Amino acid sequence: MNIHEYQGKAVLRQYGVSVPNGKVAFTVDEAVKAAEELGTPVVVVKAQIHAGGRGKAGGVKVAKGLDEVRKYAEELLGKVLVTHQTGPEGKEVKRLLIEEGCDIKKEYYIGLVVDRGTGRVVLMGSEEGGTEIEEVAARTPEKIVKEVIDPAVGLTTFQARRLAYAINIPNELINKAIKFMLSLYAAFVDKDCSIAEINPLVVTGGGDIIALDAKLNFDSNALFRHKDIVELRDLDEEDEKEIQASKYDLSYIALDGNIGCMVNGAGLAMATMDIIKYYGGEPANFLDVGGGATKEKVTEAFKIILSDKNVKGIFVNIFGGIMKCDIIAEGVVAAARELGLDKPLVVRLEGTNVKLGKEILNGSGLNIVAADSMSDGAQKIVSLVK
Amino acid sequence: MSILIDKNTKVITQGITGATGSFHAKGALEYGTQMVGGVTPGKGGQTIDFDLENGTRVTLPIFNTVKEAVAATGATASVIYVAPPFAADSIMEAVDAELDLVICITEGIPVLDMVKVKRYMEGKKTRLIGPNCPGVITPEEIKIGIMPGYIHKKGHVGVVSRSGTLTYEAVHQLTTRGIGQSSAVGIGGDPVKGSEFIDILRLFNEDPDTYAVIMIGEIGGTAEEEAAEWIKANMTKPVVGFIGGATAPPGKRMGHAGAIISGGKGTAAEKIAKLEECGIRVAPTPSDMGSTLVSVLEERGLLEKCKS
Repeated sequence: MNIHEYQGKAVLRQYGVSVPNGKVAFTVDEAVKAAEELGTPVVVVKAQIHAGGRGKAGGVKVAKGLDEVRKYAEELLGKVLVTHQTGPEGKEVKRLLIEEGCDIKKEYYIGLVVDRGTGRVVLMGSEEGGTEIEEVAARTPEKIVKEVIDPAVGLTTFQARRLAYAINIPNELINKAIKFMLSLYAAFVDKDCSIAEINPLVVTGGGDIIALDAKLNFDSNALFRHKDIVELRDLDEEDEKEIQASKYDLSYIALDGNIGCMVNGAGLAMATMDIIKYYGGEPANFLDVGGGATKEKVTEAFKIILSDKNVKGIFVNIFGGIMKCDIIAEGVVAAARELGLDKPLVVRLEGTNVKLGKEILNGSGLNIVAADSMSDGAQKIVSLVK
Repeated sequence: MSILIDKNTKVITQGITGATGSFHAKGALEYGTQMVGGVTPGKGGQTIDFDLENGTRVTLPIFNTVKEAVAATGATASVIYVAPPFAADSIMEAVDAELDLVICITEGIPVLDMVKVKRYMEGKKTRLIGPNCPGVITPEEIKIGIMPGYIHKKGHVGVVSRSGTLTYEAVHQLTTRGIGQSSAVGIGGDPVKGSEFIDILRLFNEDPDTYAVIMIGEIGGTAEEEAAEWIKANMTKPVVGFIGGATAPPGKRMGHAGAIISGGKGTAAEKIAKLEECGIRVAPTPSDMGSTLVSVLEERGLLEKCKS
């Protein structure tokens, strides 16, 4: 789960990670008021969307005086920002972070991630702050320093110190940097983060070490023990259909194509998208109905697929294991009747109770095209939507 | 022969009285698995009945702790159907009881819980499969997990996969071509897990009854690339691959917690290129996993030996 920068900074502040003072604003007046309260000669007006690359896209403005704050707030609120992470459609700015200006001496990068290879949390640091870490990794991998953290003892002071020296934090600020990293690790573990990125971490003219930006992602599997984090969810940042799907415990991701997919199992769902593409079609979504889908769940899945106006046809691909084909077939028939399906529907059933499932589909009187295999089904739906 | 489990393996179920645990314990009993008991804290001393389709009734003892269950039943393997908030603790309890094999089916365990579990397991004898996996089956001998048993057939092809339903798809394509399986192992869709591809490939390589392997990967991480290098350097048997997620957009989690392209890394294209570079034939579509293996077996003169 993603949250906004201002929310991330508030979480970090609880753990003693130093962040600039700032306030969130939903309107222009709120923005001006926030700047007034901060009272610093320079304030930064930062667009709050769930995507990186905001600076380059013109979403971060440095304002000198309240008039400029008003001007930039008017400009940014309601604007659609297009960054390399938003996709071409961009994201509308609905919130601003009004933050005190900062006298930047030098920028660094500090990040924590869960590393699959070691199965541990890894602290990463680089002297090349401000640029994307993926770019640094591609261009100058030697400039990224790592410390693998033993979960039994947590991040140790010597590891933080070693990393601080390795990225050339000024000698007199080493202890501040250590405290920063230890606090960041405490927040990461305590809140079940999956990523915590501070880019840039800055050394200020006044000799402070501050998180100028903060990106926190949280492990969705761990949200059951973090009610406070769940409350930070911003539904405006999510796809309407994905929100609807999550209510029914369906795993759905919207894509750009015109063939709706309903599949059981994440791996098969991904592979179904792939095979549609292989035969020249474009999948409209990823949808895993899960292992224990009921008739109601299948109906809801159909409704979500059909609410996508781009969908010209549907491919149902089920390998019934625990999930019985007749249950799926009943769900498909019920949903098609209820929704008055007027688009091509190709169904491939295999596995437990497959005969019964096919009988239900054939006896329904609905215009359902049966497929013998995944490739047969994919080819049929691709030709039907053309 | 087979890997990990055979008809002599005695299994306990952690979470046996839950709906999922009891449903699949019954399924395993129907398949012929030696299920010898279960663990549900607070219900120790009770028993649980399973009425099988052949009309027999199996009654299994329930224990409060894994240690007691192992002492009383002589089990060497455990399967876990415990809810996500408590599953990591269940794995560690099974490891502490010195079981040889623990298979965790549970989906949705917090990743930092698994980080702790892996640390806890260091230096211990137990092998963990999963979590978030379908389990392991040695056809016509033993089934531990949630896979549909009847699609499998005893034979000589090993299957290892990060995805449950894609494993079934591959197994089905093999069985309908008259090609049986030695064992099929789902290693699970989580980013931090007990066994990686290489761990299972090594076992298949050492198993005299396995003649070839299908490896099914997906986007996210670099386990497939590492496996490809390992195969090139060590594997004496042909391996055929498939990678799911060629059309997955970056930055989105495709159902599995581990199936995500992050920072442009972990794409299907990279993995396929690496597999091919290491001499592993990759099926162009998920429908071609069986046929791709058949063509490789034919070229190697193994097809007749693999027909069972």
